[in-house]
Amino acid sequence: MSTETASQPVTAVANPPTVPLAAGFDARDLVRISATTQQPTPERQLTPVAKLIDVSKCIGCKACQTACVEWNDTIPEIEENVGVYENPHDLTPDMFTLMRFTEYENEETNNLEWLIRKDGCMHCEDPGCLKACPAPGAIVQYSNGIVDFIHENCIGCGYCISGCPFDIPRLSQRDHTVYKCTLCSDRVAVGQGPACAKACPTQAIVFGTKDDMKAHAEERIADLKSRGYDNAGLYDPAGVGGTHVMYVLHHADKPSLYEGLPDDPVIAGTVEAWKGPTKTIGLAAIALAAVGSIVHNVMTRPNAVSVNDERQAGDIVDAAAPPDSTPPRRDQA
Amino acid sequence: MNVDLSRRGFLKLAGAGAVAATSLGAMGFGEAEAAVMAYVRPNKLTATTETRNTCPYCSVACGVILYSKGDRTQGEVAELIHVEGDADHPTNRGTLCPKGSALKDFVRSETRLTEPKIRRPGSDRFEPITWEEALDRIARAMKDDRDANLVTVNDAGTPVNRWTTTGFLAASATTNETAWATFKVVRGIGIVGFDNQARV
Amino acid sequence: MTNSWTDIKNTDLVIVMGGNAAEAHPCGFKWVTEAKHHRGAKLIVVDPRFTRTASVADMYAPIRPGTDIAFLMGMIRWMIENDKVDWDYVKNFTNASFLVREDFGWQDGLFTGYDEGKRDYDKASWDYQFGEDGYALTDPTLQDPRCVWNMLKAHVDVYTPEFVENITGTPRDKFLKIAEMIGETSAADKTMTSMYALGWTQHSKGSQNIRGMAMLQLILGNIGVRGGGMNALRGHSNIQGLTDIGLMSNLLPGYLNMPTEKEPDWTTYMESRQFRPLMEGQTSYWQNYSKFMVSFMKSMWGDAATPETDWAYHYLPKLDVPAYDMLRMFELMHQGHVNIYFCQGFNPLLALSNRGKNTEALAKLKLLVVMDPLETETSRFWENHGIYNDVDPAAIQTEVIQLPSTCFAEDEGSLVNSGRWLQWHWPGATAPGQAQTDVWIMAQIFLRLRELYRTEGGVVPEPILNLTWDYADPNEPTAGELAREMNGRALTTLTDPNDPSKVLVEAGQQVLNFSQLKDDGSTMCGNWIYSGSWNENGNNMARRDNSDPDNTGTYQNWAWSWPMNRRILYNRASADLDGNPRDPSRPLIWWNGERWEGYDVPDIAVTAPPGQVMPFIMNPEGVSRLFSRGMMRDGPFPTHMEPFESPMQNVFNDRMRGNPVARVFESDVEQFATSEEFPFVGTSYRLTEHFHYWTKHNRVNAVMQPEFFVEISEELAAERGIARGGMVRVWSKRGSVQAKAVVTKRIKPLICGGKPVHVVGIPLHWGFTGAARKGFGPNTLTPFVGDANIETPEFKAFLVNIEPLAGEPIA
Repeated sequence: MSTETASQPVTAVANPPTVPLAAGFDARDLVRISATTQQPTPERQLTPVAKLIDVSKCIGCKACQTACVEWNDTIPEIEENVGVYENPHDLTPDMFTLMRFTEYENEETNNLEWLIRKDGCMHCEDPGCLKACPAPGAIVQYSNGIVDFIHENCIGCGYCISGCPFDIPRLSQRDHTVYKCTLCSDRVAVGQGPACAKACPTQAIVFGTKDDMKAHAEERIADLKSRGYDNAGLYDPAGVGGTHVMYVLHHADKPSLYEGLPDDPVIAGTVEAWKGPTKTIGLAAIALAAVGSIVHNVMTRPNAVSVNDERQAGDIVDAAAPPDSTPPRRDQA
Repeated sequence: MNVDLSRRGFLKLAGAGAVAATSLGAMGFGEAEAAVMAYVRPNKLTATTETRNTCPYCSVACGVILYSKGDRTQGEVAELIHVEGDADHPTNRGTLCPKGSALKDFVRSETRLTEPKIRRPGSDRFEPITWEEALDRIARAMKDDRDANLVTVNDAGTPVNRWTTTGFLAASATTNETAWATFKVVRGIGIVGFDNQARV
Repeated sequence: MTNSWTDIKNTDLVIVMGGNAAEAHPCGFKWVTEAKHHRGAKLIVVDPRFTRTASVADMYAPIRPGTDIAFLMGMIRWMIENDKVDWDYVKNFTNASFLVREDFGWQDGLFTGYDEGKRDYDKASWDYQFGEDGYALTDPTLQDPRCVWNMLKAHVDVYTPEFVENITGTPRDKFLKIAEMIGETSAADKTMTSMYALGWTQHSKGSQNIRGMAMLQLILGNIGVRGGGMNALRGHSNIQGLTDIGLMSNLLPGYLNMPTEKEPDWTTYMESRQFRPLMEGQTSYWQNYSKFMVSFMKSMWGDAATPETDWAYHYLPKLDVPAYDMLRMFELMHQGHVNIYFCQGFNPLLALSNRGKNTEALAKLKLLVVMDPLETETSRFWENHGIYNDVDPAAIQTEVIQLPSTCFAEDEGSLVNSGRWLQWHWPGATAPGQAQTDVWIMAQIFLRLRELYRTEGGVVPEPILNLTWDYADPNEPTAGELAREMNGRALTTLTDPNDPSKVLVEAGQQVLNFSQLKDDGSTMCGNWIYSGSWNENGNNMARRDNSDPDNTGTYQNWAWSWPMNRRILYNRASADLDGNPRDPSRPLIWWNGERWEGYDVPDIAVTAPPGQVMPFIMNPEGVSRLFSRGMMRDGPFPTHMEPFESPMQNVFNDRMRGNPVARVFESDVEQFATSEEFPFVGTSYRLTEHFHYWTKHNRVNAVMQPEFFVEISEELAAERGIARGGMVRVWSKRGSVQAKAVVTKRIKPLICGGKPVHVVGIPLHWGFTGAARKGFGPNTLTPFVGDANIETPEFKAFLVNIEPLAGEPIA
C-alpha cells in the first residue's frame, strides 16, 4: 500500500495526522553529517524552518517543557525545590527545554522585569556540536535547518557538549548517549511543528519557515518598541551562521540578561579546526572504529573505541571548551 | 574511561524504510549507515483513534484530542497514549497549558483508584471490598441515619423534611449530567448539607 | 463571565486584579496577548506579588492582601473627580438617578441598621424611595442629594490617593498612572475587561471586592460590550455547571432558591420571588419564576407534583439557616452532629480552611464515602504520614469507603466553561480496573435506598419513592437522557396561546427553550437556564462549527451557551438609548427599526423598543445597580474592611474586626491572631505548573514543581536570616508548615500606615499522596471564616510568622 508523503510544515497550529504518511524529509535532505569527510550534496533544498520564541509574550508556564516530555516520552527526575522556579534545575538528557527565570531590576525605568527564557537547542546553521562530534553520523543536519542526534551512532564522548556555544546537549547516564531538542523532527516529518510550539498557550513560541518567523518577529519588535522597549530585537546570532530557533528579546542589546544567553556566540576555534586535517587524520581512528562498530553492531558483536583515540580526541575538545564550562564527564559514561 | 559501545542501543532499522537506494549511493555510504542517519522517529500517533474531549482542569475548557490505541466506539479497549490541544477549538486553538499538556499523566497516574476499598474503624489500612458490599453498606447507613435524624417538622409545625446529619460535597469537574443525577438523588432524599467546589 | 475568553481579544485594556490569569488560565490568557498584539491593548496587573501575569504586563502595582476595596473605591473617586464617566451609560443604564431613602446612612465604617449582637444589619433603610404607584423615584438630572450618584460620591469621597496608599501600600504614582489608563476607557469607543478569580472571592468581603470593580465598569460603560465585562475566570472546569444546576445548600437549578422554613407553603414561597418591575415597562424577567419552578418540580417528582400537592413543595427540605454550606457542615461535624459525609471528587482536607479542625471533624464521622478517580488526602485522613499527617489511626473510628470513579477521558457529557459555554465531550479511554462513572454510583446508591424504603418503609419515604427515575437503564442513566431532562419537554401538547389550533410542541417532545415553559404542570425542565441545550434540533452542546463571521469572537455555532446561546450578557447595553452601537467599530447588537439583531442573541425581547425597555432585564429596575439595595449582607456600597487577621486596624472604626457581618463560629474566634503575635501577612495561591491537588499525582507536573515552598522578599529573608532554598517553618495560630524558601525580588515590603508589611506567599499544591514530594497546603494555616455573602473562606489574607528551620544554615 502506498502512502502519501507528508507536506512541509508551515505552522505548529494543526492537529497531527493519524493516517500513515511517508516522512516529508529524510536522509536525502542531509546537508551535514558528523565526522564524515564527504559531505552530502542533496538534490533538493527544503525550505528552512525556524522556531521563534517571543520572550515578551512568554508567561513562563512551562507548557513547552511539559509538552516536550509528553511528546518525546522522556522521564525527567522529580527533583527538589532549591529556592528558584527552574525545574528541573538544568537541562537534562530527559528535559530538552527549560524555562530560565531572571529577576532584573531595570535601572532606567525603575521597574522590576521578570525575564523568562525558554532554553534549548538553537539548531545553529553552523552547528558547533556537529563539528565537534567524532562519531560518524551521530549528529546530522537537514537542509530545513534541523540538527538532529542519531543516538545509535553516538558514542557518548560528550564533545558535542563542549562544541555547543549554548551549553545544550546533555549526556545520559542511562544509555551513555547525548540528548537534546530534535525540533521534533518526527513531527516536522509529518508536516507538524514542534510540540512546544503547538502547546504554547500565548503562542510566544511559534513555528514556520524561517522567513515567516523573521517577518513575525518584526511585527512583535514594532509592538515592543511602541511600548518603550527601544532595544527590542531579534536574536539570530551571526556567529553561528544564524539559528533555527530565534528569540524576540525586549533587550536585544543585552542577550546575557536572559540567564546566560550568549551575547555573541561562536564556535570555539579548536572545534573549527576539527573540520580540517585534524579531524580526518588525527581522529580518523575513532571515526573508523565507530563506523566499524555500527557495522558490527548490525552484523556481529559490538566493538570499542581504543583508549588512546578517545583520550586524544578528548584533549582537543577539552582545550576548546570555554573556561567556565564543565568538561564532558566521561567517567559517568 | 572508555565508552563501551556495546552498551549503546541497537539499531532501529524499522524507522528508516523510506530511504531511496539512489540517495544512498549518492552519499557514498553503506546501506546500514545511511539507514541510521535517516532515522527520524516514526509518527507515534499513526493508526490511533482520535476522540474530542475537554480539559477537566480549569474553566477555560480547552478542546483536547485524546489519542488512543483501541476504539471504544467499536467495543475495543482503548488505551490513552497521547493528549494534544485541538487546533479546531476556538478558545485554545490547539494550545494547552502545562497541566493540559500532561493530561495523559492524570489519566494514567499510578495513584488512580481501581477498586473499591474500605478502611475499618481504627484500622491503619484500606482493604478491598466488592462494589455490592460497599454500596449496600452505604445505603444501609444512609437509611438508618435518615430514619433516625430527618427533621420532619419544625417547632411551628411546618413540614421541613431536612436531613442535616448526612452531607454531600459534589465535585468540580464532573459533567452537568453527572451533576444533575447527583442533584436529584441528594435533594430527593432531603440532604441540606450540600455544596460544591465553587464554595472554596 | 459576562463575556467569553475569545471576546477578550476585543479589548483595549485588561486589568487583572484578584486573579493571576497567566498562571491559572494560561490558554485563556492567550486572548490577552492577542489583544496586546493585534489591538495594541495594555495590561495592568495589581497583585501582592509580581506574578507571571505581571511579567508580561505594561503596568504592575503591588497591593496589600485584603485591601482591594480601598483601591477600587479610590478608582471610582478618581473617575468622578476627573470626569472619566460614561455619562450616557450611567444616566440611562444604571440606577444613578434613583432616590435612596432618607434614613439610609453610613458612619464609623458601618451602614445604618447594624446590630452588633446579631452581627447583622437591618437592611430596611437600604432602599429606594417609592412613589404611590409602587415605582421607584428618580432624579434624571442627578441633582437630588439622595440620588444614588450623589450618595456614591459622598461614600467614596474619603478614598483619596493618599488614603488609598496608606491602606493598600500601592505607591501613589502607580495608583494614579493606573487611574489614567482606566479613565481612558470611559469613552464609548474604548473598553476595559476585568479578569478576576479567587484573589477576590477568598476574602471575608470577597463579594464586595467584585462589586467594587463591577461598579467601576458600569461607571465607565464597560458592561455588555465587546471587550468589556466582569469576567470571573472561575476555577475548576465545571464549578460553573455545578452551581448552575444548584449543587449548593441554598440553591436549586438555574439560581432558583431552596425554600426556607419561613415559607410554609408554595404561595408564600412564590410571593417573594416574582419580582414586580420597579420602573414602568421593565422586563423583570424573574416574573417567570413560577414557570421555571413548577417545571423543575415536575422534573423531580413527575406525577406527584400537582397543584393539589403544591407541586410536591414539601418534598423539598426547608432551610432554617441561610445555608448548610461546607463551613457550617464541618463546624457541625466538629461538634459531632454529622454522621455520614460524601466527597465526590472533592478533597476538603486540603481545600477547606483550618486543616487541624477538618481532621478532627472527619474523625467524628461514622462513615466517610469518597468517590474519586485519584487517591485523596481526605480519603486517607486517618493514615499517619509523619509531619505531613500526624494522626493516630487507632484513635480514629471513622469507617471510610473509597470508590473508584472514572475521569473525563472515560466519560461523556458537558462541562460549562467560564464563558457559560456548554461543551460536550466523548470518552476516548477505557476506565481502569473497576472504576465506574459517578452516574452509575449515584444510581446504585439511590436504587438501593429506594428499595430499602419500599421494603421497610421509613420516615417520609415519599420524596424518595416518587423521584422520577424513568431511564432506559435505571442502573446507569445515559448522559443524553440526563441532558434532555435538564432541557425539558412538554408533558402535554403545547399550543400557541394566541391560536390554540397551532401546536407548538407535541407531548413528549423537547421544548425549544425556556420561553415555552409553563407553570400549569404541562412542562418539565430540570434546569431552565439550560433549556435550549438539547431540544428537537438535537444536542446543541455538541456543535462544532468554529466559524466566526466578522471575527467578533462570539462563535455562535460552537457548542451552546446559557442563557439562550447568548455569548455576552447585557449585550443590549452595547447599543445606545436609540439602539445604535455605542462603539461603531465594535457593534454587537442593534435595533433595525423593528427588532434587535446582530452578532449575538439579544439580551432583551427582540421586539422590545429601545428607549423603553432597559438592558438589565433580570433586575426589576431594568437598569444596573451602583447601589445594591439589600441584595448583599454587608452593605449597598463596598466599604473598606480589614481581613479578620490584619496588620492594621480598620481606619474607620478601630473596634471593627474583619467584616462586621461575616459569620463566625464561636470556636474559631479564639483561633484568630493579632499582628503582635503573628507579624506577617500570609496569602495563598496556585502556581501555573499545577492544578490544585490533582496534578501532584502526575509525574510530569511533579517534575515541573516538585516541592512545597513559600515565597518571601529579600528584605524579610534578611530580617529573619533565611537563605534561598533553605527550609523554613511558617506558622499561624492554627498550625505550622515546613517549606523551602524562595527568596525573591517579586515580593517587596509594602508601606501601610507608615510601617512595612511583609507578605509570605504560600502556594497550595502539595499533600501526602501522589507523585510530587510530600508537603503541606496553606489550609493548615488559614482561618475558618467565610465571606459574608457566600461563605468562601478567607484564604487570601491572614497572619503568620516565619523562621528558618532549626539546623538550617543561616543566610
